Amino acid sequence: MEMDTIAAIATGMTDSGIGIIRISGEDAIEIADKVYLSKGGHKKLRDAESHTIHYGYIVEGTSKEDIVDEVMVSVFKKPKSYTAENIVEINCHGGIYIMNRILEIVLEAGARLAQPGEFTKRAFLNGRIDLTRAEAVMDMIRSGNELAAKNSLRQLRGEIFDKIKKLREEILYEIAFIESALDDPEHISLDEYPHRLSARVENFLERIKKLIDSAGHGRMIQEGINTVIVGKPNAGKSSLLNILAGEERAIVTEVAGTTRDALEEHISLCGISLNVIDTAGIRDTNDTVEKIGVEKARKYAAEADLIIYVVDSSVALDENDRDIMEMIGGKKCMILLNKTDLESVTTKEMLQDILSANDVFSIGETTVRIVSTSTKDGTGIDAFESAVKDMFLNGEIETDHQICITNVRHKQALKDAYESLLQVKKSLEDHMPEDFYSIDLMSAYASLGEMIGEEVGEDLVNEIFSKFCMGK
Amino acid sequence: MIEIREKVDVCVVGAGHAGCEAALACARLGLETVVFTVSVDSIALMPCNPNIGGSSKGHLVREVDALGGEMGKNIDKTFIQSKMLNISKGPAVHSLRAQADKADYTREMRKVLENQDHLTIKQAEICEILTQECENGRRETVGVKTFTGAIYESKAVILCTGTYLKARCLCGESITYTGPNGLQAANYLTDCLQKLGIEMRRFKTGTPARMDGRSIDYSRMEEQFGDENIVPFSFSTDPDSIQKQQVSCWLTYTNEKTHEIIRNNLDRSPIYAGIIEGTGPRYCPSIEDKVVKFADKERHQVFLEPEGIHTNEMYVGGMSSSLPEDVQLAMYRTVPGLENCKIVRNAYAIEYDCINARQLDPSLEFKTIKGLFSAGQFNGSSGYEEAAAQGIVAGINAAMKIRGKEPLIMDRSESYIGVLIDDLVTKDNREPYRMMTSRAEYRLLLRQDNADLRLREKGYRAGLVSEEEYQALMLKKSRIDSEIERLKNTVVGASKKIQDFMEEHESSSLKTAVSLAELICRPELSYEMLSEIDPERKPLPAEVIQQVEIEIKYEGYIVRQQRQVQQYQKMEKKRIPEDLDYDEVPSLRLEARQKLKLFRPVSVGQASRISGVSPADVSVLLVFLEHYHK
Repeated sequence: MEMDTIAAIATGMTDSGIGIIRISGEDAIEIADKVYLSKGGHKKLRDAESHTIHYGYIVEGTSKEDIVDEVMVSVFKKPKSYTAENIVEINCHGGIYIMNRILEIVLEAGARLAQPGEFTKRAFLNGRIDLTRAEAVMDMIRSGNELAAKNSLRQLRGEIFDKIKKLREEILYEIAFIESALDDPEHISLDEYPHRLSARVENFLERIKKLIDSAGHGRMIQEGINTVIVGKPNAGKSSLLNILAGEERAIVTEVAGTTRDALEEHISLCGISLNVIDTAGIRDTNDTVEKIGVEKARKYAAEADLIIYVVDSSVALDENDRDIMEMIGGKKCMILLNKTDLESVTTKEMLQDILSANDVFSIGETTVRIVSTSTKDGTGIDAFESAVKDMFLNGEIETDHQICITNVRHKQALKDAYESLLQVKKSLEDHMPEDFYSIDLMSAYASLGEMIGEEVGEDLVNEIFSKFCMGK
Repeated sequence: MIEIREKVDVCVVGAGHAGCEAALACARLGLETVVFTVSVDSIALMPCNPNIGGSSKGHLVREVDALGGEMGKNIDKTFIQSKMLNISKGPAVHSLRAQADKADYTREMRKVLENQDHLTIKQAEICEILTQECENGRRETVGVKTFTGAIYESKAVILCTGTYLKARCLCGESITYTGPNGLQAANYLTDCLQKLGIEMRRFKTGTPARMDGRSIDYSRMEEQFGDENIVPFSFSTDPDSIQKQQVSCWLTYTNEKTHEIIRNNLDRSPIYAGIIEGTGPRYCPSIEDKVVKFADKERHQVFLEPEGIHTNEMYVGGMSSSLPEDVQLAMYRTVPGLENCKIVRNAYAIEYDCINARQLDPSLEFKTIKGLFSAGQFNGSSGYEEAAAQGIVAGINAAMKIRGKEPLIMDRSESYIGVLIDDLVTKDNREPYRMMTSRAEYRLLLRQDNADLRLREKGYRAGLVSEEEYQALMLKKSRIDSEIERLKNTVVGASKKIQDFMEEHESSSLKTAVSLAELICRPELSYEMLSEIDPERKPLPAEVIQQVEIEIKYEGYIVRQQRQVQQYQKMEKKRIPEDLDYDEVPSLRLEARQKLKLFRPVSVGQASRISGVSPADVSVLLVFLEHYHK
């Protein structure tokens, strides 16, 4: 059965050391060759025997300068493979960032992102899976797709959703205008229209470009790694948030207890998306409003993927610190020893002593990282950022697999829309007749629709009749 | 009393544009056919606009012609003005439209029917479709019964009842229970169809007034001429034979005063007063609708079109209405040129019974009643051309059924007719369906200029296209192919002669040798121009040159569409068994299951186009079918 070539991350995104990106379809080997560089630089996968494994690199370009990861690549030629199609499996380092990066490079090289359950579906349709398992295959397809659809919408940030909706509306308007004029040339004229459309298309391209960039920084989806900043009042939590976000989001004052509710910010650290929640300082308080804030902080901390515990090094540890430590026990966390610009009362060594004495902090084999910072002058912030990145890439921080896939899917849809609009631009430059524009405008419209879960259906016909007065 | 009982092969109910094509197709395929009409004087009547074709409808006429239908030939005989629309745009949206002499059109079509072997015309209202039980609890049709009790036994029945079923015409407060033009309505058939389990619905459409031409002041209007070079609709018509003197149409506009009168009388409009139950089409809105929905538009175009050359009557295009007579007169008289107009026939709206076409297979046969076919407005479409297109398909397929052959089913990548029928049987159409080029996703391939190349062979295989016509097509095809081949392989170098030629035509000079085909691709050059630098060229017919040029110039786009078509056709080829029990398919979402049970698609491709069936449902279906077939 002749089908296009698909790719996806085949392993779950967990702490495992190895990740697998699977490519299946007629062009799988050819596509893999575009991104694979052998150790010597000359070996090509297309010359490889079936069922062999090869050492080398995934590159984003052609030379060793562009190495993304060191990999082992397996080649399975049809029909002796899981799907009975050509399959290439790239075994890479298991970090979520790396796997995503490689998947994107493979998609760039010509593969299409697989739908949930698609490898299995192909295996089944190609007779590789026993008929008795048909039902299980169907279940998997259904549940996988439902989850993906749900996540796709849930995770798209509201403002991005709105931007895409707006873009689609504007694109649809242009198509409807062209089509009304084609349908009723005696009522609606296209004179001078290519001029207007040129400007519109430039505008669309620019806006989509921005969205693609933001997808690259992981700012597009709602859920990155849930990171919660906790600490005693006035330890410098809000200042940390402000430094990370690069804007005055939280109000920072010298009065302890200023942040009474939780503040949230989406931050990208080296391509890793963090949802940072700044919480009210935790202390025993009688202030009702502040009390609610503290309760919320506890709740957020309980749900967090990563906790950043900010300790004021200029004051001594007290009962409240012990409360906090108890609260964050068993969670992935990092301690910032803040205010190093002031005279040090609490030291790194003191903290380490407490941690090693306390059972709840024996999180696997990894030790809790302690980074010294000054949120006032910025000392140690770089060290903090790279510590977060390390934890992430080493797989110390777990996150939902589906989220990253959603992001890849969205990015792919945006790129498709971008390509279609470039085609419109080319048609305009070539002075093609107007009816040629609407074909690619429609593709762009459909691609954007995939992101927000909307089909094309009767949209165009409805738009034509609602916006343009035509007919006998 | 002695019962009249006749035996034929096919009964066609209705002799409008669908009925004529259906009846002719059956008779020409050698089946004994009777076509019933409530009025023999109204065969192929054009009760609304006096033209055939137009954007995308012109494509349909060409396709009907390529299959061996009559509409194209008939309009070529009876047109009084002809125009190719969208000529400044791409070849895919060029569209032919001709003004007809309505009376001539009717008369000529009647002549064709009357002289067709195996075809009988009978003036009678059909009140009953006769059926009997057959396998699997389904029914099959065995004939029809007329109002007077005569029975016609037949192997197939084709319903082409147009707007006549329980028809009701509205002109303000005045309501008549008639079909178009005051013709007798058909009031009994609906009940019979409902008893057979067919789901009926009610649609509405409308028509503007006709004016006495002598009362119109044309000096206040813009004259609209026909084309200098007239292109025929039919591939069988010799273009030289139809070049003739044409009549003009006239353009004028409504104004604020017109709109004010309409707004002040909206409460007397049956639509706005809620008297009309049927759903009207959005693409030909009444003038009331235009004024209400597009309130910011200061004026609307009005076209005065002659109804024929032997009559004074002028059709007022753009101003259909169901307002009362007095309001109509007042409103028309505000339009420049119509200040003193006299109305010959009032504008009116018409309501009628039709079906939701999802009850049909793509062959236009009812899913639940074998041998019963339907076409035209009865299927929820609108327009003469849409009707004719369905008529010929229903006719061919009734014949195929009787002969025990595979039905003729065109897909969306093959023809506008395929798009039309697929939309009708797959989508949940809420209004009379009109063809539009934007509905055809592969329209670059579905041009009016290549309808013969696309469909003649199908017509030939069905038996409606003669050997001679078919051979002419084969010759055309081979000429096109070999000329394209030659142009791709003829290379010109950067000689002085060539560079001079390029300069003369403001085309950038050559750096390396290129083929003539590559030069034709340049927007500023054409096949015609290249004759200077193409000494090997042999004279070819214009229709061949046209195809060669289009194929070469738009090759990039055409190839892209062809690739899309390949993808599309894979799913069309995956058939779904007629008796598939969707309750047995696990993992379908509830909405998808309900829709699939309702529409009963014939292929996975069709299933994927039903709204409410997601790509995941399609995947599930594919897996299930694989399982099912083993």
